[in-house]
Amino acid sequence: MSKPAGASAASTLALLAPATVLFATFVLHPIADNVWLSLHDWDGAGAKSWVGLGNYRELAGDRTFAIALANNLRWLLLYALAPPLGLTLALLLCRTARGMRLVRSLFFMPFVISQVVVGLMFAWFFNGRFGLFDHLLRAAGLAPAALLEGDQAIYGLVLAGLWPQVAYCMILYLTGIATLRADLVEAARLDGAGGWALLRHVVLPQLRPVHFIAVMVCTVSALRSFDLVMVMTGGGPHRSSSVLASYLYEQVFTSGRYGYGAALATVLLALMSGIIVTLLWRLLRAERR
Amino acid sequence: MTFPAPLRSTGARAAYALGVGALLVVWMLPLLGVAITSLRPEEALARGEVWAWPRELAWDNYATVFRTSHIGRLIANSFAVTLASVAGALACATLAGHALAKHDFRGRHLLLAIFVGGNLVPFQTLMLPVRDLMLALGLYDTRWALIVFHVAFQTGFCTLFMRNFIRELPDELLEAARLEGASEWAVLRHVVLPLVRPALAGVAVLVFTFVWNDYFWSLVLVQSEDVRPLTAGLQTLRGMWQTSWSLVSAASIVAALAPVTMFFLMQQHLIAGLTYGARRDTDRA
Amino acid sequence: MNRRVAASWFASLLAACALQAAALAGTLVVNSNASDPAPRAAWQALVERFQRENPDVDVRLNVTDHESYKRQIRNWLTGAPPDVVFWFAGNRMRQFVAPGLLADVSALYTPAVRAQLHPSALELVSDGGRAWGVPYTWYPVGLYYRRDLMSAPATWNDLLAACERLRARGLEPIAIGTKDLWPAAAWFDYLDLRLNGQPFHLRLLEGDIPWTDARVRSVFAHWRELIDRDCFARHHASATWQEAQALVYQGKSAFSLMGHYVVAQMPRDVLPRMDFAPFPMLRSGFERDEEAPVNSLHIPERAKNRADAMRFLAFVLRADVQEELNRATLQIPVNLQARPADDRFVQAGRAHLAGAARLSQYFDRDAREDFAQTALNGFQEFMLHPERLDAILETLEQARRRLRR
Repeated sequence: MSKPAGASAASTLALLAPATVLFATFVLHPIADNVWLSLHDWDGAGAKSWVGLGNYRELAGDRTFAIALANNLRWLLLYALAPPLGLTLALLLCRTARGMRLVRSLFFMPFVISQVVVGLMFAWFFNGRFGLFDHLLRAAGLAPAALLEGDQAIYGLVLAGLWPQVAYCMILYLTGIATLRADLVEAARLDGAGGWALLRHVVLPQLRPVHFIAVMVCTVSALRSFDLVMVMTGGGPHRSSSVLASYLYEQVFTSGRYGYGAALATVLLALMSGIIVTLLWRLLRAERR
Repeated sequence: MTFPAPLRSTGARAAYALGVGALLVVWMLPLLGVAITSLRPEEALARGEVWAWPRELAWDNYATVFRTSHIGRLIANSFAVTLASVAGALACATLAGHALAKHDFRGRHLLLAIFVGGNLVPFQTLMLPVRDLMLALGLYDTRWALIVFHVAFQTGFCTLFMRNFIRELPDELLEAARLEGASEWAVLRHVVLPLVRPALAGVAVLVFTFVWNDYFWSLVLVQSEDVRPLTAGLQTLRGMWQTSWSLVSAASIVAALAPVTMFFLMQQHLIAGLTYGARRDTDRA
Repeated sequence: MNRRVAASWFASLLAACALQAAALAGTLVVNSNASDPAPRAAWQALVERFQRENPDVDVRLNVTDHESYKRQIRNWLTGAPPDVVFWFAGNRMRQFVAPGLLADVSALYTPAVRAQLHPSALELVSDGGRAWGVPYTWYPVGLYYRRDLMSAPATWNDLLAACERLRARGLEPIAIGTKDLWPAAAWFDYLDLRLNGQPFHLRLLEGDIPWTDARVRSVFAHWRELIDRDCFARHHASATWQEAQALVYQGKSAFSLMGHYVVAQMPRDVLPRMDFAPFPMLRSGFERDEEAPVNSLHIPERAKNRADAMRFLAFVLRADVQEELNRATLQIPVNLQARPADDRFVQAGRAHLAGAARLSQYFDRDAREDFAQTALNGFQEFMLHPERLDAILETLEQARRRLRR
């Protein structure tokens, strides 16, 4: 794709300037600041003291960090369900029948309502004493789980997180479906394609820009989720359901270890960047074809 | 609209309605729990009553929420910050997204990667540097601090979004307009924008929701109560010693109304669909 | 230029300057974390009273929920501080005194004022011989129990016997919710205070004593006895303190070791059946050391309006003001001349605190934050897996070494 005639370098610069300047000032520069902070010890109030890579060395041996990382990976894997489920919902609900606007708005609600309250509901649902989940298990003849009190608590958290996350993916796919090209769909139909074939060969490929965004968004959410964890288990019991974001919060705000928290944040950012850059590279390569 | 194919028989339509209805009920169950909790009297919760239908519906929980929190001012602040942020983020992102999608220049992939990568950063990382920046700019403790930050941060994600959608538009369309002598701005305004209306609507809804529900930055960049937005203001319903979960539930439902309404209104753009294809047909005619 | 125009322009400029000057001189920004309904309303009333007595001051009260307040206070103190902040006395306060973030308010403590305060409270707002804050309320920690299900245990054996009887009747004797971690620390604190005394306890929390010390092990041994006898309610790891208290109100548990704040939440029909008692004595001949967390007001070092802030703090130190505040919130004033509310629990709490020998605050207020967090996690783990004591003590030892660095 060569540079079009009317698009001068000046216009490119002008188009990019506002976003780039704002982003560099308020996001990139603070990230650099944070990496600098991670090389110090600081309690947020007094003076900073240089420790070099000391925080990172401590992280390498930190048992809670290892647990949190493992939990985030579990979260990531299970969140892979969110885009397909969101796509299914979007395909189901994209019709223009009467009342569908209201129905779609209701399906959207989990994403919009405060995560604190979502966490509260699921915490009560999984509660070992009065939770409905154990009630259902007992009714089905199985042993009660007290899910949030043991080592499997993370799965309760992820399930709670999937609910709003699927709603989020649904929106993304609804947007994608709205930009489908009518001529391609018509042509396929004229060729006799319908149902599954239409979906697989005409619709899904066109949704590729959305796939990337959905996967990226789910990755970020899986690695950043915090409110749910704090409300449902607080990272417990004894930190077994910690995730990097909740551990980061605890280190910075509850324990007052800003330098250590900065190191954690840097590792978290590196991890996320690694995943996303890989996905991005694959997307760009596919686009070049 | 040709996708999906409309349901012909009444049997199919009935089956669809029933299926969607059943799914909706299951989907809404946690929300039903929130609604019931919001109407439960505080004493009942203290006594451990969690699932049972409340003996009396405490409608005055909602009255308390409105009374305790100067809610009119909170809502006004939220709308001011959110709408301005949405407008700003959409504008920056569409401009940058267009350049990244349709202009060929060195480093465009790197720039895209930076926009994407920066969006991944956890908020705690940015907290102190952004606060210091706002102090230096004299914006601290004003609504502008929130607006400027949200525009800057949301631009990352929105640029990716718009870029991906604009990229799907065929180049011939833009070339045709350019050959007719249109400037780049005109191309953007008259050719690109109408075709990416669903993307704009989708992004608007998402950014609206993010900014509306944000309370982290409302706490970091704002101290005074009269500048505070809604979600941060409603947080004060959580006490030092006890949390009144019924009030918090009521407050969260009140706070959720704006984004849901926004979504409801934006839907006509989201499901407008296939505008591009239709236009092409008329071109050929 | 037209003289009339010039005159009116000049006049409005003067007026603007005057307004600006008035705004600068007379605005007092107060950041509060007292977001519970009764304290919030009480402070609002107090601020209005202050403004009536000092019409030249315009007070802006900003209320933030406690959790968010804790997150932001450092940001405020180091960035753009208000004129008055709410916080906690003791080590939490000293943590900000050390880097010079709080203003010296010793001028407020005239001999007359000193005479009105409990010496322990005074000590808690002092550091290095200077005063750094103003205490406005404190609360007792003790057993809140159902008097229709049990009587107050006076000794360790009484406590064990009560648990036995309650268990025999199918109850889970002690209600506790450890999801938020801190409720378990009350048990550690009190067992340590009763077995080893307050000076030992404070030195332990400062990091002067190894956690593997025999006296510390004795605390855990007593605790283990309670755990092994199933005295604590089940499922405490997923319960907040509020959910755990519900067990007491439902009659499924009989008592809990909590602070005075539980009283505000008690359902009306259960309230007459609840009572308060101090934690039982474990050693004969020991004095009664108690926990008494103190809440206080402070002035940031870089506050813009220090003069009015001092006036506000002096106002809050007054007996009549503390009386009005604590009557409205049903809490206990620190000023000994303030008459407490007519409430049974407030009276009992006041007598309890006045009769205490030495005071400490809560674990997470006495110990440094990062160390407190490690310890609190350790306590919850101990309650769930008492057999892991050695590993837990080792973790605490490591944390202690970092504390002493």
